[in-house]
Amino acid sequence: MNDFNFKIAGEAGYGIASAGLIFAKTALRSGYSVFDFNEYPSLIRGGHNVYGARVAEEEVYSPSFGTDLLIALNQKAVERHTKELSPGAWVILNSDKATAPAPDFSPGINILPIPLIKLAQENGAPEVMMNNVALGAAIFLLGGDFKILESAVHDVFSSAKPEIIDLNIKVARAGFDFAQKNFKKRKILFNLKKKRAGKPLLLTGNDALCLGLIKAGCKFFAAYPMTPINSMIAYWAAKARELNLVYYQPEDEIAGINSALGAAHAGLRACVATSGGGFSLMVEAYGLAGMTETPLVIIEGQRSGPSSGLPTWTGQGDLRFVLGAGQDDFPRVVLAPGDPEECFWQAIEAFNWAEKYQLPVVILVDKYLSESRQTISSLDETRVKIDRGLLFSSTAQSEDYRRYRLTENGISPRAWAGQADLTFFTSSYEHDESGWAEEGIENRKAMMEKRMRKLETLKEEMPPPSIYGPSEAPLGLISWGSNKGAIREAQKILRVQGTETKFLHLNFLNPFPVEAVADFFRRSSKIWLVEQNITGQLAELIRARTGLEIENRILKYDGRPFLPEEIAVKIKEIT
Amino acid sequence: MTHDFKTSAEIVWCPGCGNFGIWAALQKAFQELSLKPDQILAVYGIGCHGHMANYLKINNFEGLHGRALPLATGAKIANQNLNVLAIVGDGDQLGEGGNHLVHASRRNPNLTCVLHNNQLYSLTVGQASPASEKGLKTKSTPWGVFDPPLNPLALALASGATFVARGFAGDLPHLTKVLVAGMKHQGFSLVEVLQPCPTLNYLNTFTWFKERVYKLEDKGHLPQDKTESFRMTQEWGEKIPLGIFYQEERPTLEEQLLPEKDEILAEQSLELSIEKLLTEFR
Repeated sequence: MNDFNFKIAGEAGYGIASAGLIFAKTALRSGYSVFDFNEYPSLIRGGHNVYGARVAEEEVYSPSFGTDLLIALNQKAVERHTKELSPGAWVILNSDKATAPAPDFSPGINILPIPLIKLAQENGAPEVMMNNVALGAAIFLLGGDFKILESAVHDVFSSAKPEIIDLNIKVARAGFDFAQKNFKKRKILFNLKKKRAGKPLLLTGNDALCLGLIKAGCKFFAAYPMTPINSMIAYWAAKARELNLVYYQPEDEIAGINSALGAAHAGLRACVATSGGGFSLMVEAYGLAGMTETPLVIIEGQRSGPSSGLPTWTGQGDLRFVLGAGQDDFPRVVLAPGDPEECFWQAIEAFNWAEKYQLPVVILVDKYLSESRQTISSLDETRVKIDRGLLFSSTAQSEDYRRYRLTENGISPRAWAGQADLTFFTSSYEHDESGWAEEGIENRKAMMEKRMRKLETLKEEMPPPSIYGPSEAPLGLISWGSNKGAIREAQKILRVQGTETKFLHLNFLNPFPVEAVADFFRRSSKIWLVEQNITGQLAELIRARTGLEIENRILKYDGRPFLPEEIAVKIKEIT
Repeated sequence: MTHDFKTSAEIVWCPGCGNFGIWAALQKAFQELSLKPDQILAVYGIGCHGHMANYLKINNFEGLHGRALPLATGAKIANQNLNVLAIVGDGDQLGEGGNHLVHASRRNPNLTCVLHNNQLYSLTVGQASPASEKGLKTKSTPWGVFDPPLNPLALALASGATFVARGFAGDLPHLTKVLVAGMKHQGFSLVEVLQPCPTLNYLNTFTWFKERVYKLEDKGHLPQDKTESFRMTQEWGEKIPLGIFYQEERPTLEEQLLPEKDEILAEQSLELSIEKLLTEFR
């Protein structure tokens, strides 16, 4: 077996997420590709938390169905995850807190009871460190290298006191030794033995967005706490002093977006991040960015709505919202990266579009993409290009500067407040070329057309969407954003079953790639739409922009991300 | 050299509007502070006050109703050399923007908020604002305003503002003095300006104010005394105090937030290597 699913589950507050990260780093550093995810309710203590990781020798793009090794820290973990265990799966059972309900377990399941709490306490550690005891045992059972686990513990707890780090390592060793003594004759299902040394990265979508923003030269990041963008706040706040950046915690999302517009108006690359609820509050200023032609990048991490919805679960229900939010028409760019690597590159692209075309750019991600880690071989920063667009530099003619000069391509030379010998006017009212409020008919028409013309100009340099799979395959799948990984994995499954498919992934939703989509339709005998909302928002968008209808829709809106198996099964059913 | 801060735009305020006085006092204050137009950025809300964006030859940003303070704060963080003003109205700042006034007072960004208080929504032709007098009959309160008016100076003081003052649009030299002091202050300064609306506010007229206002400095008020300052903010009716109610020194938002205190963030290079950052993801 070269593909394996790990899971650790237990009560919130027992370090499920940090144990998961340690496991993932250990697998990564042993030379394997990792995709991980976490599931948790919207509370701090007492709920049921789950961390899962898929580990494989080949590149993996999403989790898959089944669990091959489960660490069950309590009884609930045993009960909840029994059904998903794969044939021959192992369960490291915390025998201090849980018992195996024998009749529920199929004969092929291996129960490995370990007194996790007792082992932690015998080594002078508190109960909460039982997760590391279990990790030590898991690494032994997988034939892993304890030294790599040790390095991972070290790095994950790098901000803790040295004695705490040592204690975590000590209890992991106790778990490793316990397993060695008691379970050494077990057959290893997946071998985590160290192999080729690469230097891959393990990034969440949020990590990659942060790195992309920073690489793009963004110096002002304003975000009000909200799942799923909280890890971006933590990263920016932690790095701000060292990198000479600002993380600004506003009193609300309205203050956040307006402060970012102020920073951009004075020359910074500025970004806000939020979820759908926060974006709802930002909408008026979204239009202000459009009207005043102020460059701004907005990260919208979707979760299941409406209203508070399922605050810690994923979804793709905000596409229509960001495309249409705000009164009247103004130009906007909407991007939807499919994985952490695209998050990095589109964060950079977003700033280049925002400044070149002087408009708001929305990057639509979701809880699943924001918080799941994927293995990426590298990010080559030498490929990054920063383009600030057409700038006005102060000269003797500054008196004649017109911030909103009418041009053929709609782009006026931009200036920022604070440039020497230059003053200019910016207004949320309709304005003339100089920025003064102006309500005349001719001016109004000219200005509306000028602003919207920028999108036409942008279309010319828009990258075409990617198609995965053989282009001659008659069966086509269309989706957007974070479904990319699960669909690519589904394609693998279908291929093994003898069904070839091609997949059009849209990560650029406004301006809409009309020609590419129409062409994909022309070259497909049958098309499936895959997305995570109840009405098929992308399907509606495709119909609106191309007149083409998609009947076969695989829609999911239960807050959980797609698994490749369920997509493959549905396609088989429809076919 | 003294700069001219007038533009050629046609002024559309009603004759006799208190905004003329504020407009003139701001120009005078800029001149007294020897500022050049390019050194100033004013951010406006939406209301009659906001039209000033077309009449002052400085950098102007007329933003959204109620949201001038956060926009001004962002600009100040980007370029702390800019002299930043948030020019706002009472409906604008005390209604929709109330939250931002509280938090700007608390954070202490080094900028000046000039609150035009005509105690009315005038641009929408006369509805009661959060600052309208109890009992005032307006288009939205035909039986008179039910609630007591919101007191912006007391609110700012309670929220931690480090400079709280009041001027009167009918007393230009004094208003100029207060504005100059506010702009010189290192930190958040709130200058409320009593601005009679001659068209729609029949109660709080120029004459009404003229008969009531007096200057705190003439009474020997000490702006360092917070308790006494708070007490003075409660005085309204027979007598209305003008001048600096309260002033204290406290580190500004920018001093605490910006990694490099003396650098202009907007002048920093955008180039930055992330190689070191990547190591923690391996």
